[in-house]
Amino acid sequence: MNKKNKYINPYLGGFLLGLLIIAALYFSGEGLGSSGGYRDVAVAATDFVAPEYAHENTYIGPRLESGESPLKTWLVFELLGVVFGAVLSAALFNRLKFSIGKAPHISNNKRLWLALIGGALWGIGTQLGRGCTSGLVLSGMAVNSLSGYIGLIGIFGFGFIFAFIFKSIWIKTKN
Amino acid sequence: MGPLYPQEIINSEFNILIGFFIGIGFGWLLEASGFTNTRKLAGVFYGYDATVIKVFFTAAMTSAIGLFIIHHLGWIDIELTFYPKTFWIPTLVGGAIMGLGFIVGGFCPGTSLCAASTGKIDGIVFIIGVFLGIFGFIFTYDLVFESLRKSGNMGRTDIAQWLGIKDGIFIFIMVIVTLVSFYVFQKWQNSHTKNMNESDLNDLGLDKPE
Repeated sequence: MNKKNKYINPYLGGFLLGLLIIAALYFSGEGLGSSGGYRDVAVAATDFVAPEYAHENTYIGPRLESGESPLKTWLVFELLGVVFGAVLSAALFNRLKFSIGKAPHISNNKRLWLALIGGALWGIGTQLGRGCTSGLVLSGMAVNSLSGYIGLIGIFGFGFIFAFIFKSIWIKTKN
Repeated sequence: MGPLYPQEIINSEFNILIGFFIGIGFGWLLEASGFTNTRKLAGVFYGYDATVIKVFFTAAMTSAIGLFIIHHLGWIDIELTFYPKTFWIPTLVGGAIMGLGFIVGGFCPGTSLCAASTGKIDGIVFIIGVFLGIFGFIFTYDLVFESLRKSGNMGRTDIAQWLGIKDGIFIFIMVIVTLVSFYVFQKWQNSHTKNMNESDLNDLGLDKPE
């Protein structure tokens, strides 16, 4: 943690991200999303392990009706692209190495348990709320959908409340 | 006129290829903005790092304004594009669960994928958690989530129409809100960074205020 991390100008990054959302809508009629692709992978995995169960499941059964692979979706290929793009950028900026991100006062073990629990909450929240920060909120705000703004209030509004309650995860409190 | 794929102007293979390339741009921008760094993401909630607010709202406003313009120029038919239907109850409840997940886990699904891809072990573990959550949701859907997920259905609702104002007015108000939030969050960030030690500043890629 000696070398200074170099990140791009946030306004430039945001502007380019905005153009990307417009491009996704213009070419494909799709919003940028993440959790939808995760769901598609989970659907495919369930179908692979227990096809009968998957087809009968009320939530994912309808996604398997067409007979097409649930992995051959725009969102799954977009996520493959995300992996490539992130690796390219990290390689260029010399950030490609194994590490654990966390506040300095938190142990590695605790950080990884919290990441697991936090991830699981996202897994449930995205399926219940119909999307995540990118697909529900950002792309939703791009098209002025009420849903996007409700997601914004949910994630960031409640986020600030939970941030206050769980402050010790991120901020070292003075004793 | 756009959107191209929904009107079969491009075929499905080409469409998926476009998805891949748009994903590359998406992953690149998330990584280059520092969103694989969980401390930067959490920083927005504690005020010490305003990057998330800057990137997120600039992107939202750029795309909202851009779409508003190209829609009025007749270059895209918004009726044919992605448009999330509003189910306000599950989205609010799900959003709160995600907000808790953000504070506890320090990522969201998109940023964790970038983090995991570039060697962040916390990102890899977070993704395992996301899949555990999704499988849990799938397996208990009938029992627990089905009626809640289908509740509060408002269909395709435009927020400006819902508020009874024109789209352009709503976007204009949001631009003002965005600019004010940039100012406030920058001040908040400065109040932290001026007392921050070198190692934290380097980790977050931030400078002391001038």
